[in-house]
Amino acid sequence: MSDELVSPTSGAAPPPVVGSRVAAPSVGRLLRFDGVERVAHWANATLFTVLMATALPLYFGSIESFVGRRALVADIHTWCGVALPIPLIISLAGPWGARLRRDVRRLNRWSSEEVRWLRSFGTRTVVNADKFNPGQKLNAAFIGGSILVMLASGSILKWFQPFPLSWRTGATFVHDVLAAAIFAVVAGHVLFALTHPQALRAMVTGTISKAWAERHAPGWLAEELTSGLVPDEASSPG
Amino acid sequence: MGDEEVPGARGTEAALPDRRAPIGRRVFLSMAALGAVGIVIGSRVQRVVGSAVGTGLGGLLPGGDRFRLYTITGSFPVIKPEQYRLRVGGLVERPLELTLADLQSMPSTRLVRDFQCVTGWRVPAVHWEGVQLSHVLDLAGVKPGAAALTFDSYDGADTESLTIDQARLSDVIVAYRMLDAPITTAHGGPVRLYVAPMYGYKSLKWLSAIRLVDNLEPGFWEQNGYSVDAWVGASNGRTDAPIR
Repeated sequence: MSDELVSPTSGAAPPPVVGSRVAAPSVGRLLRFDGVERVAHWANATLFTVLMATALPLYFGSIESFVGRRALVADIHTWCGVALPIPLIISLAGPWGARLRRDVRRLNRWSSEEVRWLRSFGTRTVVNADKFNPGQKLNAAFIGGSILVMLASGSILKWFQPFPLSWRTGATFVHDVLAAAIFAVVAGHVLFALTHPQALRAMVTGTISKAWAERHAPGWLAEELTSGLVPDEASSPG
Repeated sequence: MGDEEVPGARGTEAALPDRRAPIGRRVFLSMAALGAVGIVIGSRVQRVVGSAVGTGLGGLLPGGDRFRLYTITGSFPVIKPEQYRLRVGGLVERPLELTLADLQSMPSTRLVRDFQCVTGWRVPAVHWEGVQLSHVLDLAGVKPGAAALTFDSYDGADTESLTIDQARLSDVIVAYRMLDAPITTAHGGPVRLYVAPMYGYKSLKWLSAIRLVDNLEPGFWEQNGYSVDAWVGASNGRTDAPIR
C-alpha cells in the first residue's frame, strides 16, 4: 500500500517525500537516495569501518601491542558485528523503506547487457546503464552476503559451545578468508567513491545532476523521465 | 534465461532495460552456501591450503605474529610481576609458593618451537624460555599415589591437566619469556605453561597453581570436547605436523 504512494508509476505526481529529510530535487537534479537509504548506507558503513578497524589489532599482534585494551576491542568488534544487520533490517522493514526496497530489487536484477558485462569480466561497456552499474550491483550483493556469512561464522567463533569442534576451525577459516576479501572490496568501493565525487555527494545530499545521469545512468534517467518524477527544465516555469 | 530476448520487442523498448536475471540474489545465496560449506568442512580445506603454503593460511597475510587470542572469561587477568605467585600443592612432600624471581633463578630452558592451535593456525618458530616443569616437580617432591597434575589460571575459569609422565617431558616448561620478551598479559604473562608437543589449549595462560592429584581431572577445554592427550597431529581428529 505505502509502496504505491512513492511509486514512480503513480503518474505525474510531485516528487516523493519520504520523511522530512528529503527535499524535493531542484530543477535539473534527480533524487538518487532518500533519507532512509542514506541513513542505512552510512550506518552500515560506520559499522563496517568499526569492525574493520577493530579486526586489525585482533588479528595482528604487532598492531595489538600498541593499541592495547584487547578485551575492549574484542567486545566492540563482537557487538558491532551483532548490530550489523540492524540498520538494513529496520530501514527495509517499514513503510519508510519503499525506495530502498525498490533499489534492492533493482540491484538484484541484471539486464542481459549487464550479464554480458559480467561474463566479459567488466571489459564490455554497458550502453543503456541502469541507476546502478553492474559493479555496484555486485558490490551490494557481496556486502549483503558478507553480512550474513561474517555474522554466522563470527557467532560460531564467539559462542562455540553448541557446535562441533571442527566447525570452530571452519568458522575461523571462513571468517579470515572473507575478511580479507571484504578489505579488498571495501577498499575498491571507497576508491571508486573518492574518484567519483558526484556519485559520493549523492550519497550525502541525496540528489544528483541530470547531466551525470545522462552520462552514467541513461537507462535510469529515461525511466525517471517517463514516470514524470523529474522536473523538466523545458516545462517548468522560469 | 536472463539472456532471452523477446523477438520484435527490442526496437520499441530499447530505452527500457530488461532487468530480469536475479544475479544479486544468486551472488548472495552462493556466498551463504559457500560460507556454510566452509564452516562445516573448512577444517579440511584449511589443512590442504595450509600444507600447500607451509604455515597455514596466516602465512599468506603480512605482518604480526599471528597469534589469535582466546579468553574464557572475556577479559585478561592483569598480574604485576612482583605480585605473581605460583602455588604447588596437592600430593607433594613440600608445598611451594614461588615468585617470578624464584622461577627466574632456577635453571632455565630455551625452546624454539611452533605453536599449533587446535582451530588450525600455527605460529612458526616461537622463542620460549622458562623452567622445566619436571624441575618444579622435583623441588616439591611428588608423593606416591599422585598420577596427574591439575593447573589453575588466574582468570579463575581455565584449568588444564597432564599426566605425570607428560609433565616430565623435557619440552614442557613453566614459561616466563616468549617471543624474546617477558610474556605479555595477552599471551598469558607473567607466567604460563608451554606444553610444546600438544595443542595450544594445553599451554594454560596466567598459571596460578599446580596441584598433584590421584586421578586426572580433564581441563576446561577437555570438558568441552577437546582431547585430553592433545598430541599435535595425533588427536582432536587433526593431522597437523608434530611439533619438534
